[in-house]
Amino acid sequence: MDAAAFTQKFPQTETLASIDMPTFKVANAELVEVVRYLRDTQGFDLLADLCGVDWPQRTPRFGVVLHLLNTSKSEYVRLHVACEEDAVPSVSAIHPGANWHEREAYDMFGIRFIGHPDPRRILMWEAYPYHPLRKEFPLAGIEVPFPAADVAAVTGQKVEPAPMMGGPFVSGGGHMSNAEPQALDQSWNEEKPKS
Amino acid sequence: MKTTKEISLGDIAARSEELRGENMTLNMGPSHPATHGVLRLSLELDGDKVVKCDPVIGYLHRGDEKIAENMTYNQFVPYTDRLDYLAPLANNVAYAIAVEKLAGLKMPERCEAIRVACCEMARISSHLLGLGVYAMDTGAWTVFMYTFNEREKLYTLFEELTGARFTTSYTRIGGLTRDLPEGWLQRVENFCDGVLKTIDEVDRLLTRNGIFLERTEGIAPISKELALAYGLTGPNLRASGVPFDLRKDKPYSGYEKYEFDVPVGAKGDCFDRYLVRMEEVRQSVRILRQVIKTMPSGPWYAEEAKKIFLPPKAKVMTKMEELIQNFMLVTEGPQIPAGEVYFEAENPKGALGFYIVSNGGGVPYRLRIRGPSFVSLSILPAIVPGNFLTDIASILGSLDFVMGECDR
Repeated sequence: MDAAAFTQKFPQTETLASIDMPTFKVANAELVEVVRYLRDTQGFDLLADLCGVDWPQRTPRFGVVLHLLNTSKSEYVRLHVACEEDAVPSVSAIHPGANWHEREAYDMFGIRFIGHPDPRRILMWEAYPYHPLRKEFPLAGIEVPFPAADVAAVTGQKVEPAPMMGGPFVSGGGHMSNAEPQALDQSWNEEKPKS
Repeated sequence: MKTTKEISLGDIAARSEELRGENMTLNMGPSHPATHGVLRLSLELDGDKVVKCDPVIGYLHRGDEKIAENMTYNQFVPYTDRLDYLAPLANNVAYAIAVEKLAGLKMPERCEAIRVACCEMARISSHLLGLGVYAMDTGAWTVFMYTFNEREKLYTLFEELTGARFTTSYTRIGGLTRDLPEGWLQRVENFCDGVLKTIDEVDRLLTRNGIFLERTEGIAPISKELALAYGLTGPNLRASGVPFDLRKDKPYSGYEKYEFDVPVGAKGDCFDRYLVRMEEVRQSVRILRQVIKTMPSGPWYAEEAKKIFLPPKAKVMTKMEELIQNFMLVTEGPQIPAGEVYFEAENPKGALGFYIVSNGGGVPYRLRIRGPSFVSLSILPAIVPGNFLTDIASILGSLDFVMGECDR
């Protein structure tokens, strides 16, 4: 790619060091223009990937990373964008394929995409209250109401956290014999020795 | 005397317009044989014609990206089996190469050749299933039996190589779990002869079959521009006339050493997607034969990857330093330098991408999986409307997606 022409056209762009492809940090407000320019002038015609990254220690906290591909020259370029008030302009008008990727980034991180035609969740159900890929979200999950209210009313079913500790084949804390993965044999333990 | 009243075609059309009822909303899936897994389509129908199609996904979401952040790099290999579970070997290879790129490792030639063989066998396995169930979706049951016969032979070969038929977990960061078994390459060669015969048989059954043509030719054509705009990759992109293949255009794992052709479609309809997959099986066999012929000898794991790949078992049992290294690698995981990498491999379903952000240490900070099936399905709202309800089975089959990779 013509990196010199690119950085000249967008002087706010910062070039980052990378081991695999040209990488740039793009200003939030310029993102749509940058992606359009890369597609129309530099031939990056395919949006390979778009995803969010959570950096709780940084301000702004969330970043979005785009990977664009030039199918005639087989080149990639990576764009980093920092969110402003957890929001980034949507590029789905330029690459319609971004639509689902942006919905996923919203679903998993709570990043809003301004100008997105269909800002719904995609992998989790619409009423789900959390954004699971945020760093503070526990691996096991959090108890939430069952998505189908009519089923929950009859069965009392809830969406429960995954059994992590105390599961039959998961090691627990404390004594070494408890820490080993073991079948759930409760007939004896340290306090009540095997007879 | 009887009189004949002439009715113009315009009058008939106007009357039919008057009779038009309300649109109907129909739920297809998540348990429906044509949706190949747990895909749900929320459809709006005008009679038998689809007006709007809204795919609802996530029924197989397991949070693979979250899980990856909580374990070491090698521990994640079995999870990659469960992305595109019709070609687990190819996923293993793609993931290993992504991490190795981040670690700056160069694989020895034998390891690369074995990985290419794995990828191509996985491609044949995935395409055989894709073709078999596609034929079934369009009403031809026999083809499925032919292709599954061959897949069974492949599974036997996978089992010999990896110890598992289905969930192979064959690669490790910096190498493989084990070398090729004795005489295995010869058995792969035998398989190659057989699978070509089967593909010819399938060709005879389907390619000029009137029913199959009726159900696929001209159905849901995807133009070059549309395919690129939606980011389609793999056979679906090539069927639309874009000759882009990562094995050719961005070679990895030594693909540049092998000679093969990239089939490209013209119209991008369901029939073209079928033809591209048929030809890819033949080309994969061609690559496999070259790999078998030129299989290099030597180590099958990176020798310089001392801090990453487990030392040989015999040395762990007898030498102090290797024992310590083994212990550290198992408990803390291979130490990968800080940085970020994006790697895409040409998998049977399209480009499987891994974007890894590392802060150093044994656990990725963020691991993003770009599943080609996720992208292939995102085009449905654009291509399904205007087709008949019965065509949906044909369209879904031709896109050849797998939900394990779409929902992750």
